[in-house]
This record gives sequence, C-alpha cells and structure tokens, in this order.
Amino acid sequence: MKKFGFVISQGRQLNFDEMHNEKVEKLLELVPSYRLCIGCGGCTAACSAAGFTDYNIRKIHTSFFRAQYEGLDEQLKRCMLCGKCLLVCPRGVNTRSLIINMRRVLANVQPNTFVRKGAEE
Amino acid sequence: MEKRFWNEYQKEIADDHFFYERSCIRQTFFPGSEAAFLRILRDELGKDICDNPHQHTCTGIGYHSDVVPFETTMTVVARLFSLMTECGYENYVPSCVTSFGVFSEMIEKWENEPELLAKAQQYLWEATKREFKIPKNIVHPSDVIYKFRFDLKPKMKYQLVNRFTGKPLRVVEHIGCHYAKIFPERGIGKAEFPYVLAGMIEAWGGEVVDYPERRHCCGFGFRQYLVQENRGYSIANTKKKFQSMEPFEPDFILTNCPGCAMFMDKWQYTIAEMEHKTFDKQGYGIPVLTYEELTGLLLGYDPWQLGLQLHQVQSEQLLNKIGIAYNPDEKYKGVSGRLLPRPARPECLKVES
Repeated sequence: MKKFGFVISQGRQLNFDEMHNEKVEKLLELVPSYRLCIGCGGCTAACSAAGFTDYNIRKIHTSFFRAQYEGLDEQLKRCMLCGKCLLVCPRGVNTRSLIINMRRVLANVQPNTFVRKGAEE
Repeated sequence: MEKRFWNEYQKEIADDHFFYERSCIRQTFFPGSEAAFLRILRDELGKDICDNPHQHTCTGIGYHSDVVPFETTMTVVARLFSLMTECGYENYVPSCVTSFGVFSEMIEKWENEPELLAKAQQYLWEATKREFKIPKNIVHPSDVIYKFRFDLKPKMKYQLVNRFTGKPLRVVEHIGCHYAKIFPERGIGKAEFPYVLAGMIEAWGGEVVDYPERRHCCGFGFRQYLVQENRGYSIANTKKKFQSMEPFEPDFILTNCPGCAMFMDKWQYTIAEMEHKTFDKQGYGIPVLTYEELTGLLLGYDPWQLGLQLHQVQSEQLLNKIGIAYNPDEKYKGVSGRLLPRPARPECLKVES
C-alpha cells in the first residue's frame, strides 16, 4: 500500500444494514427494561465508580446499543455493583442487571440457569 | 389560481455579451474545459464572450482558508470587476464555483453595507487608480449551458444513451456547495432542488441517479484538505459519497465545480491505492466529467482536445458506451504534434492505454 501521509478517517455514522446487533438483541431479551432508557445520564451522575475512575455507564450502554463493543468489557469491570444508578433511574431501568448482563453477553456466558427465562435478574 | 412554485426557483441568466473569468485550478487539472466553453459559446451559439488576458485569481482558496483577509479579497474582486467595466461588459461569468461564491458574497456585502463598497472603491483606487461597476448579471457558466441546453441539443452528434443496451446512461450529478448552498437564490433550483446539471442530463437523454448522499460535500472543503494530516477527513467524505452511489452503478459523474471534479476524480485513485477498492464493477473507476467536457463530447469534439486523458479515471469505457470515436494513438499527442511522455500506470485502478 502506498503511503500518502494520512489515513481515511472512519465515519461515526451507524449503518444499520451492516450492524452486528445479535448481542444487543440478546441483551434486550435479558433486560427488557433497557428499552425504556432515555439517555438522561442520571445513572452516570449518581455512579460511585465514576467519582474515582473515568467509568461512564451512559457512554458504555450507548456504545453497546450501537454495537460498538470494543473495550467495553474492560470498562465494565470498574463497576462496583452498588446499585445507586438503579435508585435514580427515572424510567425504572434495571441498570445493575444491565451491567451484569452486558458483561455476560460480551463474554458469551450463558445467563444463570436458575433465572426464570424472560425475567430480569 | 394555481401558484407555480418552480418559477420561484429560477434565476435570471443574460442572453449575450458575457465577461469570462477563468479558474486557477481548472486550467491545471481540466485544461480543455474552459477552451471548450468559449468554443461552444462562440462557434455553436454565436454569443459574444470576452476572455481578458489581464485577469487573475479571485483569492477564493486563500480566503476560505483564512490566509487572505476579507479586505484584500474585496479589493481583488473589485479589480476583476474593473476589468469587466473597462471592456464594456455587464454580465460576469466566473468559471469556478468558488469564485462564483466569492463574487456573490462580495456583491451581497456591498448591497447590504454600502460603507464596504466605498472602502473597496477607495482601496482599488489607491492601489491601481481603477474604477469598477457591479455586474448587472452574475451567473456561472453551467447556468449559461443550462439555459441554452435545448439550443445545443440539435447540434449534438451523440446522446446520453448506452449504444449497447439502448438505455439512458445513469449519471450522478454533483453540484458545488458554493454554487447554491451559500446564496440559494443565485442557483437554479436553489439549494433544495439544484437542477442546473440534472436539467442538462435529462435534456440530452440521460437519467439522473438520485442516491442518498447526493447533496453531500465532495470532500474538498479547503481547510480539511490543505493540511496533509487532515486529508483523511477530506477523503472520508468522498468515500462516503462513492459508497452511497455504488449500488446504483452510475456510468459517470458530472460536476460544475473544479474542486469537486478534481477530488472525486483523484481520490478514486487514492482510495484504490489505500484500500484496493474501486466503485465500479470492472475496476476502472467512475469517470468524472465537467459540464463543458460533456457538452463538447456530445457535440463531437475530440476527447483528447477536451483533455480527458488528463483525468485520473480514464474515460475510454464511457466513450465506447456512447459510441464516441477516438484515436488511441493520439491520446498523448501534444498541441505541437509531438508525443508527450505517458503517465505511470496506477497499481490498482485499471487504465486501458
């Protein structure tokens, strides 16, 4: 390949035809309440981990929903599962379950067998 | 009474007696286009057009790159208008879309802020002892060709029809942003429905491709191109357009802006070298023509006199489709009759000869 001194910038536009959103479908199946999220950022504002690290739950679940999974598993490890986000969510999204299940889906781990199918953990 | 909305999307285009202003970059990259425009107007339409040898840059590229200050641009524009005034013309026709935007901007400024006009007059007088009048009519050459498209049609030897299939050629039209997006009322169809090139294509037998990114920028954008490190952003814009038009399998691209023609032509080579990707099925790339080149080709002008061999994407495939006769041996023959050196062949983009 010839070198021109620059590379072609990658677009930020989402192409839904090319998006691999099987993981998103899986997550929505496990945490149906995520459909209610309005992206207000209350979860991020209340987050304990965000006070000490650059952990940003809104950014993470937005990226996940856009099927941009790169680096998310590492970031999700910073969550302490304290559940403050769960308390402040104005739409009643089960955010703690969302975080746990995002990690499971990214790692291709099957949900616990004792959880009733369709019910949120 | 039914209101005819389309009438509001038209503009006034003078009939005759034009003062032509040449473009800086077109004479380098598409050197046959301006000569073709003058030939079409003089020989085919019998119009009077002045091609003054004392003209110069409009400063457009420097102006939009924040290198040339507004006052300087205003004075340079005033000098160009003074040339027109000196020659006794009132209808100004700048070859370049960037110049067209610059002139439209200055006239708009002078109309709304008379003190700026007084300043321009003062600066020009102090620097050159010249005076000028604001043109009565300022149009782009594509407007002029558009206006006379049906007058040119009977003189044309070829039509935009694929001679192998008998179907109309599928044409992507791309209009320069500075033609209608800055001052919409100065463009045919305004910014919403620019029709200047589509009108030519439809009149001459072709079919306009309406693809999702039709109104997207070509990627030139001045500042994002001038700094080498930023060119990835420029080429990303062009790639986005190509990806969008690729499924429609266009036969060629028609532009009215020198920057658009240059970037959509040259970036095809760069993308091919960087990503081994071409946007046509055969790997030759999609030819990019200026409206003068297209008009000249259909009128039967020699493709090599029009300068098609100087494009990055070669046009033999298109010439074959339309049925235009050409001599491959004369492709690189100079005006003096001497053969010029052949350019190096690209690694990925195919060329016929």
